[in-house]
Amino acid sequence: MNPALFVAQRLTAFVLALAVAVHLGTILYAIRGGLTAGEILARTHGNAAFMLFYSVFVIAVAIHAPIGLRSIIREWTPWRGRSLDAALVLFSLLLLALGFRAVYAVYA
Amino acid sequence: MMRASHTQRGFIAAILHRLSGIALAIFLPLHFLALATALNGASALDAFLELTRQPLVKLAEWGIVVALAVHMTLGLRVLAIEFFDFREKTLAMLSACIAAVFAVGLVFILNAG
Amino acid sequence: MMERAAPDSVLEVEIWRGTEEGSFQEFRTPRREHQTVLDVVTEIQREQDPTLSYRFACRVGICGSCAMVVNGRPRWTCRTRVSEVIGGDRKIKLEPLRNFTIVKDLAVEMTQFFDKWKKARGSFEPGDKPAEDFAIVPPGSKKRREVDEHIECIGCGICYSACDVVAWDKDYLGPAALNRAWTLVNDVRDRGNAERLEAIAHSDGCQACHTHMSCTEFCPKSLAPTYSIAGLKRAVFWRSLGGKP
Repeated sequence: MNPALFVAQRLTAFVLALAVAVHLGTILYAIRGGLTAGEILARTHGNAAFMLFYSVFVIAVAIHAPIGLRSIIREWTPWRGRSLDAALVLFSLLLLALGFRAVYAVYA
Repeated sequence: MMRASHTQRGFIAAILHRLSGIALAIFLPLHFLALATALNGASALDAFLELTRQPLVKLAEWGIVVALAVHMTLGLRVLAIEFFDFREKTLAMLSACIAAVFAVGLVFILNAG
Repeated sequence: MMERAAPDSVLEVEIWRGTEEGSFQEFRTPRREHQTVLDVVTEIQREQDPTLSYRFACRVGICGSCAMVVNGRPRWTCRTRVSEVIGGDRKIKLEPLRNFTIVKDLAVEMTQFFDKWKKARGSFEPGDKPAEDFAIVPPGSKKRREVDEHIECIGCGICYSACDVVAWDKDYLGPAALNRAWTLVNDVRDRGNAERLEAIAHSDGCQACHTHMSCTEFCPKSLAPTYSIAGLKRAVFWRSLGGKP
Protein backbone atom coordinates (compact mmCIF):
# COMPACT_ATOMS: atom_id res chain seq x y z
CA MET A 1 0.00 0.00 0.00
CA ASN A 2 1.17 3.51 -0.65
CA PRO A 3 2.19 5.94 2.12
CA ALA A 4 -1.18 7.69 2.14
CA LEU A 5 -3.10 4.44 2.66
CA PHE A 6 -0.57 3.34 5.25
CA VAL A 7 -0.98 6.55 7.23
CA ALA A 8 -4.77 6.31 7.00
CA GLN A 9 -4.72 2.67 8.07
CA ARG A 10 -2.49 3.22 11.10
CA LEU A 11 -4.17 6.45 12.21
CA THR A 12 -7.61 4.88 12.08
CA ALA A 13 -6.13 1.88 13.90
CA PHE A 14 -5.27 4.13 16.83
CA VAL A 15 -8.74 5.69 16.76
CA LEU A 16 -10.36 2.27 16.59
CA ALA A 17 -8.23 0.91 19.43
CA LEU A 18 -9.92 3.44 21.67
CA ALA A 19 -13.35 3.13 20.09
CA VAL A 20 -13.36 -0.66 20.24
CA ALA A 21 -12.21 -0.66 23.84
CA VAL A 22 -15.10 1.62 24.75
CA HIS A 23 -17.60 -0.28 22.61
CA LEU A 24 -16.59 -3.71 23.89
CA GLY A 25 -16.69 -2.54 27.44
CA THR A 26 -20.10 -0.97 26.95
CA ILE A 27 -21.55 -4.01 25.21
CA LEU A 28 -20.16 -6.52 27.68
CA TYR A 29 -21.74 -4.47 30.45
CA ALA A 30 -25.03 -3.81 28.68
CA ILE A 31 -25.79 -7.42 27.75
CA ARG A 32 -26.12 -8.44 31.36
CA GLY A 33 -29.54 -9.90 31.93
CA GLY A 34 -30.31 -9.83 28.24
CA LEU A 35 -30.57 -6.87 25.94
CA THR A 36 -33.77 -5.40 24.61
CA ALA A 37 -34.37 -2.71 22.04
CA GLY A 38 -35.86 -0.57 24.77
CA GLU A 39 -32.62 -0.74 26.76
CA ILE A 40 -30.50 0.10 23.74
CA LEU A 41 -32.68 2.96 22.62
CA ALA A 42 -33.01 4.33 26.11
CA ARG A 43 -29.27 4.88 26.11
CA THR A 44 -28.85 6.10 22.55
CA HIS A 45 -31.99 8.08 21.92
CA GLY A 46 -31.17 11.77 21.69
CA ASN A 47 -27.74 11.09 23.19
CA ALA A 48 -25.42 13.41 21.29
CA ALA A 49 -22.31 12.00 22.89
CA PHE A 50 -23.19 8.48 21.77
CA MET A 51 -24.05 9.72 18.31
CA LEU A 52 -20.77 11.56 17.91
CA PHE A 53 -18.84 8.62 19.24
CA TYR A 54 -20.43 6.15 16.86
CA SER A 55 -20.15 8.56 13.94
CA VAL A 56 -16.41 8.74 14.46
CA PHE A 57 -16.40 4.96 14.84
CA VAL A 58 -18.23 4.51 11.52
CA ILE A 59 -15.89 6.85 9.64
CA ALA A 60 -12.80 5.16 11.09
CA VAL A 61 -14.07 1.71 10.20
CA ALA A 62 -15.05 2.79 6.69
CA ILE A 63 -11.45 3.81 6.14
CA HIS A 64 -9.69 1.03 8.05
CA ALA A 65 -11.54 -2.07 6.81
CA PRO A 66 -11.29 -1.55 3.03
CA ILE A 67 -7.58 -0.76 3.23
CA GLY A 68 -7.03 -3.97 5.17
CA LEU A 69 -9.08 -5.97 2.71
CA ARG A 70 -7.11 -4.44 -0.14
CA SER A 71 -3.83 -5.93 1.10
CA ILE A 72 -5.46 -9.31 1.65
CA ILE A 73 -7.06 -9.45 -1.78
CA ARG A 74 -3.92 -8.29 -3.55
CA GLU A 75 -1.81 -10.87 -1.78
CA TRP A 76 -4.13 -13.84 -1.78
CA THR A 77 -5.99 -13.45 -5.08
CA PRO A 78 -4.99 -12.35 -8.57
CA TRP A 79 -7.28 -9.31 -8.33
CA ARG A 80 -5.50 -5.95 -8.23
CA GLY A 81 -5.44 -2.58 -9.99
CA ARG A 82 -8.14 -0.02 -10.50
CA SER A 83 -11.13 -2.32 -10.51
CA LEU A 84 -10.15 -3.56 -7.05
CA ASP A 85 -9.67 -0.03 -5.77
CA ALA A 86 -13.03 0.97 -7.20
CA ALA A 87 -14.75 -2.01 -5.57
CA LEU A 88 -13.18 -1.13 -2.24
CA VAL A 89 -14.27 2.49 -2.50
CA LEU A 90 -17.78 1.16 -3.04
CA PHE A 91 -17.43 -1.05 0.02
CA SER A 92 -16.24 1.94 2.01
CA LEU A 93 -19.25 3.96 0.89
CA LEU A 94 -21.49 1.03 1.79
CA LEU A 95 -20.07 0.94 5.29
CA LEU A 96 -20.51 4.70 5.62
CA ALA A 97 -24.09 4.60 4.36
CA LEU A 98 -25.20 1.62 6.42
CA GLY A 99 -23.23 2.83 9.41
CA PHE A 100 -24.76 6.29 9.50
CA ARG A 101 -28.17 4.83 8.86
CA ALA A 102 -27.72 2.63 11.92
CA VAL A 103 -26.45 5.55 14.01
CA TYR A 104 -29.44 7.59 12.96
CA ALA A 105 -31.79 4.70 13.64
CA VAL A 106 -30.81 4.52 17.30
CA TYR A 107 -30.33 8.22 17.82
CA ALA A 108 -33.41 9.72 16.28
CA MET B 1 5.50 -30.53 5.06
CA MET B 2 4.26 -27.31 6.61
CA ARG B 3 6.65 -24.48 5.97
CA ALA B 4 8.75 -23.88 9.04
CA SER B 5 7.87 -20.20 9.02
CA HIS B 6 4.20 -21.07 9.43
CA THR B 7 4.69 -22.40 12.92
CA GLN B 8 6.35 -19.19 14.11
CA ARG B 9 4.39 -17.03 16.49
CA GLY B 10 4.66 -13.96 14.25
CA PHE B 11 2.97 -15.78 11.41
CA ILE B 12 0.24 -17.24 13.60
CA ALA B 13 -0.43 -13.79 15.04
CA ALA B 14 -0.57 -12.26 11.57
CA ILE B 15 -2.93 -14.93 10.24
CA LEU B 16 -5.29 -14.64 13.22
CA HIS B 17 -5.24 -10.89 12.78
CA ARG B 18 -6.02 -11.20 9.11
CA LEU B 19 -8.79 -13.82 9.46
CA SER B 20 -10.47 -11.94 12.29
CA GLY B 21 -10.34 -8.81 10.15
CA ILE B 22 -12.10 -10.60 7.29
CA ALA B 23 -14.75 -11.91 9.66
CA LEU B 24 -15.37 -8.44 11.05
CA ALA B 25 -15.54 -6.88 7.59
CA ILE B 26 -18.24 -9.37 6.64
CA PHE B 27 -20.09 -8.97 9.93
CA LEU B 28 -20.18 -5.18 10.02
CA PRO B 29 -22.69 -4.46 7.24
CA LEU B 30 -24.98 -7.07 8.81
CA HIS B 31 -24.56 -5.44 12.20
CA PHE B 32 -25.49 -2.06 10.75
CA LEU B 33 -28.53 -3.55 9.01
CA ALA B 34 -29.67 -5.16 12.24
CA LEU B 35 -29.40 -1.92 14.21
CA ALA B 36 -31.21 -0.03 11.50
CA THR B 37 -34.32 -2.13 12.07
CA ALA B 38 -34.91 0.38 14.85
CA LEU B 39 -35.94 2.80 12.11
CA ASN B 40 -39.21 0.94 12.19
CA GLY B 41 -39.50 1.44 15.89
CA ALA B 42 -38.28 -0.31 19.01
CA SER B 43 -40.54 -3.29 18.41
CA ALA B 44 -38.86 -3.95 15.07
CA LEU B 45 -35.47 -4.05 16.76
CA ASP B 46 -36.89 -6.20 19.53
CA ALA B 47 -38.25 -8.65 16.97
CA PHE B 48 -34.75 -8.92 15.57
CA LEU B 49 -33.19 -9.29 19.01
CA GLU B 50 -35.59 -12.17 19.66
CA LEU B 51 -33.87 -14.02 16.83
CA THR B 52 -30.56 -13.56 18.53
CA ARG B 53 -31.65 -15.48 21.60
CA GLN B 54 -31.21 -18.78 19.77
CA PRO B 55 -28.13 -20.69 20.97
CA LEU B 56 -26.56 -20.85 17.50
CA VAL B 57 -26.85 -17.11 17.13
CA LYS B 58 -25.40 -16.62 20.60
CA LEU B 59 -22.46 -18.75 19.52
CA ALA B 60 -21.98 -16.60 16.43
CA GLU B 61 -22.16 -13.49 18.60
CA TRP B 62 -19.52 -14.93 20.87
CA GLY B 63 -17.42 -15.63 17.78
CA ILE B 64 -17.72 -12.06 16.61
CA VAL B 65 -16.88 -10.65 20.04
CA VAL B 66 -13.83 -12.92 20.16
CA ALA B 67 -12.88 -11.91 16.60
CA LEU B 68 -13.06 -8.28 17.64
CA ALA B 69 -10.91 -8.93 20.70
CA VAL B 70 -8.40 -10.93 18.62
CA HIS B 71 -8.18 -8.25 15.97
CA MET B 72 -7.74 -5.46 18.47
CA THR B 73 -5.14 -7.12 20.69
CA LEU B 74 -3.06 -8.34 17.78
CA GLY B 75 -3.48 -4.95 16.13
CA LEU B 76 -2.12 -3.31 19.26
CA ARG B 77 0.84 -5.69 19.02
CA VAL B 78 1.53 -4.50 15.46
CA LEU B 79 1.22 -0.86 16.51
CA ALA B 80 3.60 -1.53 19.41
CA ILE B 81 6.22 -3.03 17.10
CA GLU B 82 5.78 -0.42 14.38
CA PHE B 83 5.37 2.76 16.38
CA PHE B 84 6.76 2.16 19.82
CA ASP B 85 9.80 0.14 18.75
CA PHE B 86 8.61 -2.79 20.83
CA ARG B 87 11.12 -5.63 20.55
CA GLU B 88 9.29 -8.90 20.82
CA LYS B 89 11.69 -11.40 22.29
CA THR B 90 9.47 -13.95 23.93
CA LEU B 91 5.97 -15.32 23.82
CA ALA B 92 4.94 -12.88 26.53
CA MET B 93 3.21 -10.37 24.27
CA LEU B 94 1.32 -12.99 22.32
CA SER B 95 0.34 -14.79 25.51
CA ALA B 96 -0.99 -11.53 26.92
CA CYS B 97 -3.06 -11.05 23.76
CA ILE B 98 -4.52 -14.54 24.00
CA ALA B 99 -5.24 -14.08 27.70
CA ALA B 100 -7.06 -10.83 26.98
CA VAL B 101 -9.12 -12.52 24.28
CA PHE B 102 -10.04 -15.37 26.61
CA ALA B 103 -11.04 -12.86 29.26
CA VAL B 104 -13.31 -11.01 26.85
CA GLY B 105 -14.81 -14.27 25.60
CA LEU B 106 -15.45 -15.41 29.13
CA VAL B 107 -17.04 -12.14 30.20
CA PHE B 108 -19.33 -12.36 27.21
CA ILE B 109 -20.42 -15.87 28.14
CA LEU B 110 -20.97 -14.88 31.76
CA ASN B 111 -22.92 -11.76 30.92
CA ALA B 112 -24.89 -13.06 27.99
CA GLY B 113 -26.05 -16.23 29.65
CA MET C 1 40.79 -37.15 7.66
CA MET C 2 37.33 -38.60 7.33
CA GLU C 3 35.67 -39.56 10.55
CA ARG C 4 34.82 -43.20 10.90
CA ALA C 5 31.26 -43.94 9.96
CA ALA C 6 29.35 -45.92 12.53
CA PRO C 7 28.84 -49.34 10.90
CA ASP C 8 25.07 -49.33 10.46
CA SER C 9 24.55 -45.63 10.48
CA VAL C 10 23.18 -44.37 7.25
CA LEU C 11 21.50 -41.12 6.35
CA GLU C 12 18.60 -40.98 3.94
CA VAL C 13 18.77 -37.75 2.07
CA GLU C 14 16.09 -36.43 -0.27
CA ILE C 15 17.43 -33.78 -2.59
CA TRP C 16 15.52 -31.64 -5.06
CA ARG C 17 16.69 -32.19 -8.63
CA GLY C 18 15.73 -30.01 -11.53
CA THR C 19 14.38 -26.49 -11.73
CA GLU C 20 10.79 -25.47 -10.97
CA GLU C 21 9.95 -28.75 -12.65
CA GLY C 22 11.71 -31.66 -11.12
CA SER C 23 11.51 -34.17 -8.33
CA PHE C 24 13.22 -35.35 -5.21
CA GLN C 25 15.99 -37.87 -5.57
CA GLU C 26 16.90 -40.16 -2.70
CA PHE C 27 20.44 -40.82 -1.64
CA ARG C 28 21.92 -42.89 1.12
CA THR C 29 25.15 -41.72 2.65
CA PRO C 30 27.19 -42.68 5.71
CA ARG C 31 26.28 -40.94 8.91
CA ARG C 32 29.32 -39.50 10.61
CA GLU C 33 29.75 -37.81 13.91
CA HIS C 34 29.86 -33.97 13.80
CA GLN C 35 28.71 -33.98 10.18
CA THR C 36 27.27 -30.77 8.85
CA VAL C 37 24.62 -30.78 6.15
CA LEU C 38 27.22 -29.24 3.83
CA ASP C 39 29.46 -32.25 4.50
CA VAL C 40 26.58 -34.49 3.48
CA VAL C 41 25.83 -32.66 0.23
CA THR C 42 29.51 -32.50 -0.67
CA GLU C 43 30.04 -36.20 -0.02
CA ILE C 44 27.01 -37.08 -2.15
CA GLN C 45 28.14 -34.86 -5.00
CA ARG C 46 31.70 -36.15 -4.94
CA GLU C 47 31.09 -39.82 -4.29
CA GLN C 48 27.72 -40.53 -5.83
CA ASP C 49 26.40 -37.98 -8.28
CA PRO C 50 28.71 -35.38 -9.81
CA THR C 51 25.74 -33.81 -11.62
CA LEU C 52 24.29 -32.49 -8.35
CA SER C 53 24.47 -28.68 -8.30
CA TYR C 54 24.82 -26.69 -5.12
CA ARG C 55 26.72 -23.69 -3.80
CA PHE C 56 29.22 -23.13 -1.05
CA ALA C 57 32.34 -21.11 -0.55
CA CYS C 58 33.86 -20.42 2.85
CA ARG C 59 32.24 -23.42 4.63
CA VAL C 60 32.76 -21.69 7.98
CA GLY C 61 29.65 -19.51 8.35
CA ILE C 62 30.97 -16.23 6.95
CA CYS C 63 29.84 -15.98 3.33
CA GLY C 64 26.25 -17.28 3.35
CA SER C 65 26.60 -19.01 -0.03
CA CYS C 66 25.46 -22.41 1.23
CA ALA C 67 21.98 -21.27 2.26
CA MET C 68 19.23 -23.74 1.38
CA VAL C 69 16.10 -25.22 2.90
CA VAL C 70 16.84 -28.11 5.25
CA ASN C 71 13.81 -30.06 6.50
CA GLY C 72 11.61 -27.07 5.80
CA ARG C 73 13.78 -24.37 7.37
CA PRO C 74 16.15 -22.06 5.48
CA ARG C 75 19.61 -22.43 6.97
CA TRP C 76 23.32 -22.26 6.25
CA THR C 77 24.26 -25.87 5.63
CA CYS C 78 27.85 -25.34 6.77
CA ARG C 79 26.55 -24.29 10.19
CA THR C 80 23.87 -26.91 10.49
CA ARG C 81 24.83 -30.14 12.16
CA VAL C 82 23.01 -33.21 10.92
CA SER C 83 22.36 -34.06 14.56
CA GLU C 84 20.45 -30.76 14.90
CA VAL C 85 18.00 -31.41 12.11
CA ILE C 86 17.63 -35.13 11.85
CA GLY C 87 14.26 -36.37 12.92
CA GLY C 88 13.34 -39.77 14.29
CA ASP C 89 13.09 -41.05 10.74
CA ARG C 90 16.79 -40.32 10.07
CA LYS C 91 15.87 -38.40 6.93
CA ILE C 92 17.07 -35.09 5.64
CA LYS C 93 15.22 -33.17 2.97
CA LEU C 94 17.12 -30.57 1.00
CA GLU C 95 15.48 -27.97 -1.19
CA PRO C 96 16.70 -24.80 -2.84
CA LEU C 97 15.82 -21.49 -1.17
CA ARG C 98 12.19 -20.54 -1.70
CA ASN C 99 11.14 -17.33 -3.46
CA PHE C 100 14.12 -17.50 -5.78
CA THR C 101 14.20 -18.84 -9.33
CA ILE C 102 15.91 -22.21 -9.29
CA VAL C 103 18.97 -22.44 -11.52
CA LYS C 104 19.46 -26.14 -10.95
CA ASP C 105 18.91 -28.47 -8.03
CA LEU C 106 20.01 -26.57 -4.92
CA ALA C 107 21.44 -23.49 -6.63
CA VAL C 108 19.20 -20.44 -7.04
CA GLU C 109 19.33 -17.26 -9.08
CA MET C 110 20.24 -14.38 -6.78
CA THR C 111 19.91 -11.56 -9.33
CA GLN C 112 16.41 -10.47 -8.33
CA PHE C 113 17.46 -10.32 -4.68
CA PHE C 114 20.29 -7.90 -5.44
CA ASP C 115 18.24 -5.94 -7.95
CA LYS C 116 15.79 -5.20 -5.16
CA TRP C 117 18.71 -4.15 -2.98
CA LYS C 118 19.50 -1.55 -5.63
CA LYS C 119 15.85 -0.58 -5.99
CA ALA C 120 15.72 0.10 -2.28
CA ARG C 121 18.79 2.30 -2.67
CA GLY C 122 20.69 0.02 -0.35
CA SER C 123 24.05 1.58 -1.01
CA PHE C 124 25.87 4.52 0.50
CA GLU C 125 25.34 7.87 -1.21
CA PRO C 126 28.21 10.29 -0.56
CA GLY C 127 26.54 13.22 -2.30
CA ASP C 128 28.00 15.69 -4.80
CA LYS C 129 30.40 17.45 -2.52
CA PRO C 130 33.03 15.31 -0.83
CA ALA C 131 33.02 15.68 2.91
CA GLU C 132 35.73 17.98 4.15
CA ASP C 133 36.51 16.05 7.26
CA PHE C 134 35.74 12.78 8.97
CA ALA C 135 32.22 12.56 10.29
CA ILE C 136 32.06 12.31 14.05
CA VAL C 137 29.74 9.47 14.99
CA PRO C 138 29.66 8.77 18.71
CA PRO C 139 29.27 5.00 19.14
CA GLY C 140 26.64 5.50 21.79
CA SER C 141 24.47 7.76 19.68
CA LYS C 142 21.01 6.48 18.84
CA LYS C 143 21.66 6.40 15.11
CA ARG C 144 24.98 4.61 15.45
CA ARG C 145 23.38 2.03 17.72
CA GLU C 146 20.63 1.46 15.17
CA VAL C 147 23.22 0.94 12.46
CA ASP C 148 25.27 -1.39 14.64
CA GLU C 149 22.24 -3.55 15.30
CA HIS C 150 21.47 -4.18 11.67
CA ILE C 151 24.68 -3.74 9.71
CA GLU C 152 26.07 -7.26 9.82
CA CYS C 153 23.94 -8.57 6.95
CA ILE C 154 25.95 -10.50 4.37
CA GLY C 155 23.15 -10.90 1.82
CA CYS C 156 22.70 -14.65 2.15
CA GLY C 157 19.02 -14.50 1.19
CA ILE C 158 17.60 -16.60 4.02
CA CYS C 159 15.27 -13.86 5.21
CA TYR C 160 14.06 -13.29 1.65
CA SER C 161 13.46 -17.01 1.32
CA ALA C 162 11.49 -17.17 4.55
CA CYS C 163 9.34 -14.12 3.89
CA ASP C 164 5.66 -14.83 3.16
CA VAL C 165 5.08 -11.39 1.66
CA VAL C 166 7.83 -12.04 -0.91
CA ALA C 167 6.01 -15.26 -1.74
CA TRP C 168 2.67 -13.42 -2.04
CA ASP C 169 3.94 -10.30 -3.81
CA LYS C 170 6.71 -10.82 -6.31
CA ASP C 171 7.67 -7.15 -6.29
CA TYR C 172 8.04 -6.76 -2.53
CA LEU C 173 11.54 -5.43 -1.87
CA GLY C 174 12.07 -7.91 0.91
CA PRO C 175 13.61 -7.83 4.38
CA ALA C 176 17.31 -7.73 3.41
CA ALA C 177 17.08 -4.77 1.06
CA LEU C 178 14.90 -2.85 3.49
CA ASN C 179 17.14 -3.72 6.40
CA ARG C 180 20.12 -2.31 4.55
CA ALA C 181 18.16 0.79 3.59
CA TRP C 182 17.45 1.39 7.29
CA THR C 183 21.13 1.26 8.19
CA LEU C 184 21.77 3.92 5.58
CA VAL C 185 18.86 6.05 6.78
CA ASN C 186 20.69 6.11 10.10
CA ASP C 187 24.08 6.81 8.56
CA VAL C 188 24.77 10.44 9.37
CA ARG C 189 27.18 10.75 6.45
CA ASP C 190 24.69 9.61 3.83
CA ARG C 191 23.27 12.25 1.49
CA GLY C 192 20.71 10.15 -0.31
CA ASN C 193 17.91 9.74 2.21
CA ALA C 194 15.30 11.78 0.41
CA GLU C 195 15.54 9.44 -2.59
CA ARG C 196 15.91 6.39 -0.39
CA LEU C 197 12.72 7.04 1.56
CA GLU C 198 11.00 7.62 -1.75
CA ALA C 199 12.36 4.29 -2.99
CA ILE C 200 11.03 2.27 -0.06
CA ALA C 201 7.77 4.08 0.53
CA HIS C 202 5.44 2.38 -1.89
CA SER C 203 3.13 -0.58 -2.13
CA ASP C 204 6.03 -2.99 -2.55
CA GLY C 205 8.15 -1.23 -0.01
CA CYS C 206 8.22 -1.25 3.76
CA GLN C 207 4.45 -0.85 4.08
CA ALA C 208 3.91 -4.32 2.65
CA CYS C 209 5.54 -5.96 5.67
CA HIS C 210 2.97 -7.66 7.89
CA THR C 211 5.25 -8.35 10.82
CA HIS C 212 5.25 -12.12 10.42
CA MET C 213 8.84 -11.93 11.68
CA SER C 214 10.06 -14.99 9.79
CA CYS C 215 13.05 -12.94 8.67
CA THR C 216 14.02 -12.24 12.27
CA GLU C 217 13.33 -15.84 13.24
CA PHE C 218 15.64 -17.38 10.65
CA CYS C 219 18.46 -14.87 10.21
CA PRO C 220 21.67 -16.80 10.91
CA LYS C 221 23.33 -13.62 12.12
CA SER C 222 20.50 -12.93 14.57
CA LEU C 223 19.58 -9.72 12.84
CA ALA C 224 16.06 -8.41 13.07
CA PRO C 225 14.88 -6.94 9.77
CA THR C 226 11.41 -6.64 11.32
CA TYR C 227 12.61 -3.76 13.49
CA SER C 228 14.52 -2.08 10.65
CA ILE C 229 11.35 -2.20 8.59
CA ALA C 230 9.37 -0.84 11.54
CA GLY C 231 11.85 2.04 11.66
CA LEU C 232 11.33 2.67 7.95
CA LYS C 233 7.56 2.59 8.46
CA ARG C 234 7.87 5.24 11.13
CA ALA C 235 10.13 7.37 8.93
CA VAL C 236 7.66 7.10 6.04
CA PHE C 237 4.69 7.77 8.33
CA TRP C 238 6.09 10.99 9.76
CA ARG C 239 7.39 12.10 6.39
CA SER C 240 3.92 11.61 4.88
CA LEU C 241 2.26 13.56 7.64
CA GLY C 242 4.85 16.27 7.08
CA GLY C 243 3.27 16.90 3.72
CA LYS C 244 5.55 15.08 1.31
CA PRO C 245 3.55 12.51 -0.66
